[in-house]
Amino acid sequence: MWRILKQIAKNGIRSEAPPECSDELRVEGERIQHALLEILGQALSIRQVDAGSCNGCELEINALNNPYHNIEGLGIRFVASPRHADMLLVTGPVSRHMEQALRRTYDATPDPKLVVAVGDCGCDGGIFGESYASCGRVANVIPVDVAVPGCPPPPIEIVRGILTAVQRCRTLPG
Amino acid sequence: MQIYGFSLDCERLPAPLPIWRATVRAETWQVIARALSENGGRLLALWGSDRTEGAAGGLVISAAYSGRDGLLWIDLPLAERAATYPDLLPFFPCAGRLQRAAADLLGVVAEGVCDRRPWLDHGAWPENYRPLRRDQSPRAAGPHREVTDYAFVRVEGDGVHEIPVGPVHAGIIEPGHFRFSVVGEKVQRLEQRLGYKHKGIEKRFTELSPLQAHRLAGRISGDSTVAYTWAYCMALESLAGCQIAARASWLRALLLERERVANHLGDLGALGNDAAFAFGLAQFSRLREDWLRLSRDALGHRLLMDLVVPGGVTADVDQATAARLADQCDRIEREVRELHQVYDEHPGLQDRFLTTGRVSPDLAARLGLTGLAGRASGQAADLRSDWPWPPYDQLDVKVATQHNGDVAARVSVRFDELLESLRLIRVLLSGLPEGPTRSELRLPNKVAFGAGWVEGWRGEIFVALEYDGQQGANCIRRCHCHDPSWQNWPVLEHAVMGNIVPDFPLINKSFNLSYSGHDL
Repeated sequence: MWRILKQIAKNGIRSEAPPECSDELRVEGERIQHALLEILGQALSIRQVDAGSCNGCELEINALNNPYHNIEGLGIRFVASPRHADMLLVTGPVSRHMEQALRRTYDATPDPKLVVAVGDCGCDGGIFGESYASCGRVANVIPVDVAVPGCPPPPIEIVRGILTAVQRCRTLPG
Repeated sequence: MQIYGFSLDCERLPAPLPIWRATVRAETWQVIARALSENGGRLLALWGSDRTEGAAGGLVISAAYSGRDGLLWIDLPLAERAATYPDLLPFFPCAGRLQRAAADLLGVVAEGVCDRRPWLDHGAWPENYRPLRRDQSPRAAGPHREVTDYAFVRVEGDGVHEIPVGPVHAGIIEPGHFRFSVVGEKVQRLEQRLGYKHKGIEKRFTELSPLQAHRLAGRISGDSTVAYTWAYCMALESLAGCQIAARASWLRALLLERERVANHLGDLGALGNDAAFAFGLAQFSRLREDWLRLSRDALGHRLLMDLVVPGGVTADVDQATAARLADQCDRIEREVRELHQVYDEHPGLQDRFLTTGRVSPDLAARLGLTGLAGRASGQAADLRSDWPWPPYDQLDVKVATQHNGDVAARVSVRFDELLESLRLIRVLLSGLPEGPTRSELRLPNKVAFGAGWVEGWRGEIFVALEYDGQQGANCIRRCHCHDPSWQNWPVLEHAVMGNIVPDFPLINKSFNLSYSGHDL
């Protein structure tokens, strides 16, 4: 036990300031939490759906949970069911075999919902394109609010995409 | 010449590892399989190709074996269209899914097999569409259809119930379906259905230029991007007779070992977390992030994508950078050793790890368990030490093995390999030869075959490449990429038997197999 405590004490808190939103200057964690509360009235719950990626994007999405990015500290968490989610974070070109599963996941997510497509493949089909086995970009299958390019996009860009989608939600009527 | 005790008309491909290619007839196909299975050989890959050109050529089924003489790539030309070939399942259990995949993609079936359920084809492609046939275009084949159900094997009996999981999983994981048949909490049977991520990679290869397709190879399984691009480039360089510069091969090894370290750091944290030890995830994910950030700063990409290219590498390391990379190895090693002790001394963690998801060495050998998971079950194979190609011939890689075959053994192998890779990185950095990092690669103006074989962090990755340079075609006729997950997924079904359902995520993570690399 003392080893664990020593390791924790030695390393301290490594969380870094979150990135600026696309339309604002650098915001602090507290302001993001505040904005999330103001816009959504709650913490942001995300259901991640891999619709056919190479798993590179998943590695970077997983990195959002590391102590540096500490996305839970901002009031954003990944949930196990689309029924608990406010946002779908979708990667990959959508494979034909995942098309139905993605649509069903989208339908199971309660309104109002946000969709963020992550990675070059999610944005435009990437190197896989459209074929007998690939439907191409995520927007070909479900409506997308924000698309984050990159192969894979670094974690900070993914956070930026998520926050931009939430901000956009505020500016939309209704 | 004599190979594996047969006199076969073999051609040695000019790859840095011993890779042989031969064409056989149907009667020899099974004789070779039997002899290899009796002498400790392993079936590495099986795939089909359409070599029709006008009126000539036809369908071909190919198998790759590994054993004491290296890798043997065997082609069996099939007599007519819609032809069949002798079954390999009696000799190699892992042949089952490989043969079903070949049936889906090319429409060639193994003779007499009972399990004819489609594997990669979920019924969504146009009717009777076989993507690897040259005479078919999906447009002509008709519209896309809805995915169909799969005939899972039912377990009958008192108190048996099924738990279906996936394809969308409850976490940040790739999609696949697991069907558990359980009594109480105990898993009687697990049956997997994969293929959800099939996105037509093998067909896509034939549409790309050979000098560009390494980017696609690097996206077969993102966590193994260096291993795949190296294997692809090795295949292309071998058919083009291109010798890469010493510095390029040393830098490739540096990238490959950095990829191994990154993945092991991630897995060790996730394994702690899956045993409810969140401290482990916090610590290891911090180290992994440090590692990826230096990869970005020093080499240009967090996951090292697109740095290995045909003829060499695009990244280079100057002296100051080498010092930074070596320093980081020292620091990470100190922390990993400390965390290793924490893991070893934590009774709660060890209670979850020990005896969980066990694959005995005997079962591993029979089912063909390979790579990291194989080494945790006594299968001491590692290409870096078995066939040390440059620069591994100068590094004397120590193979990490365990015999218990449980989650604890797979954790242990990861710790050992992580520390060994840190050592290798320091040796590579201190001995980097001078010279160019990229050599010219001239594609031949004929039909040529090349192969690449690389030990990725998960296991051996194999690429078989057919190139057509006749009349300026300069195109890829066929590129088959094989992931070790093909061998290990079916073994996971065995590893889970008799364990409780809540241990499945832990066992699954301890194998950490690729869905994308399998589904292609």
